[in-house]
Amino acid sequence: MTGRLLEVRDLTATVTTRRDVIEAVRGISFDIGVDEAVGFVGESGCGKSVTAKALMRLAPEGAAIALGGSVAYRGLDLLTLEEERMRDLRGRRIAMVFQDPMTSLNPVMSIGAQMGDMLRHHFGLSGRAARERSIALLDLVGIPDPAGRIDDHPHQFSGGQRQRILIAIAISCEPDLLIADEPTTALDVTVQAQILRLLLRLREERGMALMLITHDFGVVAGMVDRVNVMYRGEIVESGPVDEVFAQPRHAYTRALLDAVPRLHGAGTVR
Amino acid sequence: MSAPRGKADGTTPLLQVRDLSVLFPGRRGGAAVRAVERLSFDIAPGQTLGLVGQSGSGKTTAGRAILQLQKAHEGSVRLLGQELTTMRPSQLRRMRRHMQFVLQNPYSSLHPRMTIGQILSEPLLVHHAVPANRIGERVAELLELVNLDPAMLRRYPHEFSGGQRQRVVIARALAVNPDFVVCDEPVSALDVRTQAQIVALLQSLQERLGLSYLFIAHDLAIVREVAHRVAVMFRGRIVEMGSAAQVYDSPAHPYTRLLLDAVPTPDPALQRERLRQPPPDLRFLDGDGGSCIHGIDHGGAPEWHEVAAGHGVSCRYWPADGTVVSRPEACP
Repeated sequence: MTGRLLEVRDLTATVTTRRDVIEAVRGISFDIGVDEAVGFVGESGCGKSVTAKALMRLAPEGAAIALGGSVAYRGLDLLTLEEERMRDLRGRRIAMVFQDPMTSLNPVMSIGAQMGDMLRHHFGLSGRAARERSIALLDLVGIPDPAGRIDDHPHQFSGGQRQRILIAIAISCEPDLLIADEPTTALDVTVQAQILRLLLRLREERGMALMLITHDFGVVAGMVDRVNVMYRGEIVESGPVDEVFAQPRHAYTRALLDAVPRLHGAGTVR
Repeated sequence: MSAPRGKADGTTPLLQVRDLSVLFPGRRGGAAVRAVERLSFDIAPGQTLGLVGQSGSGKTTAGRAILQLQKAHEGSVRLLGQELTTMRPSQLRRMRRHMQFVLQNPYSSLHPRMTIGQILSEPLLVHHAVPANRIGERVAELLELVNLDPAMLRRYPHEFSGGQRQRVVIARALAVNPDFVVCDEPVSALDVRTQAQIVALLQSLQERLGLSYLFIAHDLAIVREVAHRVAVMFRGRIVEMGSAAQVYDSPAHPYTRLLLDAVPTPDPALQRERLRQPPPDLRFLDGDGGSCIHGIDHGGAPEWHEVAAGHGVSCRYWPADGTVVSRPEACP
C-alpha cells in the first residue's frame, strides 16, 4: 500500500422511503489504500450497499439519503463537494458495478452507444475513437468477437457477458477505485469464477483499488486484503482477511462463518 | 383404481422416474429444445435427492414435469406406485395432496391480501383434508410445526421476514400431509444464517414426518448438507448420480469436477490459490455432448456407466483428447 485513497470517518446514512426512516449506516470509519482491495461482508439490510452508494452520494432506488461524517478521497471531502464536481468524479475516479447486469444496462441502447457515451463525456473522445476504445475494452474483459458484437443490445448477451460489459464500462475511464456490489450473485458458479478472475486480473494490471461488497464469505476470501464485517449499520469487525477468517473475534462474525455450508469435511450432517 | 395409501412401505421407492423427457417447441419454427432428456431416478421414503446444475440445465422443468405441472414428452413418473403421466385430471387432483411444492421466492409465492391463517386454510379446504370444524386447530398445529407462533395467523405476509415467510410456505406445503415435496431453490433468496435455519427445519420435518424431498438448487454446498443422493444435471441430462459422499468426494464426471472446483471456499489462502490457477478449458461442454467415450453403441439403452455401487456417470460431455485422467470403467 502506497497511501490512502479513501478515508471515511463516522459516516452516517439515513435513508427515507415513503414508509420509513432508517438509520442504515451508523457512524462507520474505514480506509481504503491506493491499490488495496477491501471487502464488506454482511447480511441483507446491514448497510453495506448503502455505504457504497453513500461514497458516491447516491440514494438507494426510490429513497432519499442524508449523509453525515466525512469521506475524503485523496484529501477531497466528497460529502461537501459541489454536485457538478461530484458528477465528474463518479464514473471517472470512482466507478461502480452492481449485482444485476440486466437492470444496470439500458435495454434499448446498443452496447457501443452506452460505452461511447461515457468515453465521450469523460474524455471528449470522437465517435470513432470512442468506438475503437470500446472494442478494445470489450476484448479486455473477454467478450469474443468484440468488433462484431459492439452494436448488439444487452438482451443478446448472456448474464455473465452482461456483467463483463458492465465491468468494461466501469473500468473504461480508468478509475482509482472500483466498487463492486454483489457482482457475481446472480451468476452460475462457473461464470462467477470467471468474473472473479477477471476482477483480480484487472486490479493487478491497472493498480486499481477494489471495494467488494458481498454476503458470500467464499467470494470475499480470495479477492481482498482486508475485510469489514457489517451488522445493523455498523462495522463490528475489521482486519486482514486471513486473520478474520482464521480467528473471528466478534460473535456475529463467528456466527456468520459457522453458518456457511461447506462442500467437504466436518459440518455435514449426512 | 383405489386411492393410494398414505405412506409407502419402505421397500419400494416412493418416487420412480424413468426416461422422462420434456420438449419445448423451437422458436420461429426452429428445432425443438430438449429441456429434460431421459431423466431416470428413484427417491426412497424419507430420503432426499439433490438436483444440482447451472441455470438453464433443466432442474426446474424436471421438478415441474414430475409434479405434472409441465407436460412431459415421454417417460414415466410413479408416485406411491401410481403412474402420474397417464392419470385422469380428477384422479391427479386427488393425488396432489401427496406431492407438494416449495418455491424459491417467499415474497411472491404468498398472496399479499390473505392472512397467514387464510393461506394455510386454503389447501385444507381444497383437499378436504380435515373436517371444517378442525381447520383452526390444524392451522395452529402447522404454525407450531414450522416454529412460528400460532398467534401470527391474523397477520399478513408483508409483516414477516423472508425466513418467516419461507416457514409459512413450508407449512402450507405440509398442510395436507404430503409424502413428497419438491423444494425448488428453497433457500437461495435468504441470508446465510436464515438458510441454515430453514435447512435445519426441512431436515427435522423429514425425520419427524418421513417426508421425501427432491431438493433443487444451484448451490452445491447447501445440497451437500441436505441430500442423501445427488444428481448433477447439464443441458437437460443427468451426467452423474450417486450418494452425496460419492459425488462430492470422488466426482467421476468432468463437469461435476468443474462445478465443485468453481465453488468459492471460505478459506482465503486456498481460494486465492484457486483463482490464480489458469481457468479450465470448457470446450468439452460445447455441442451435443458427442458420442460414448468408450465407443460403445448404446442403441436405445441409457448412456450410463456405473463407477461404483449406486454411483454412475454419463459417457457424454467428456474431453475427446483424454485430458481427464480417470475414465469410468466401461460397463454398459
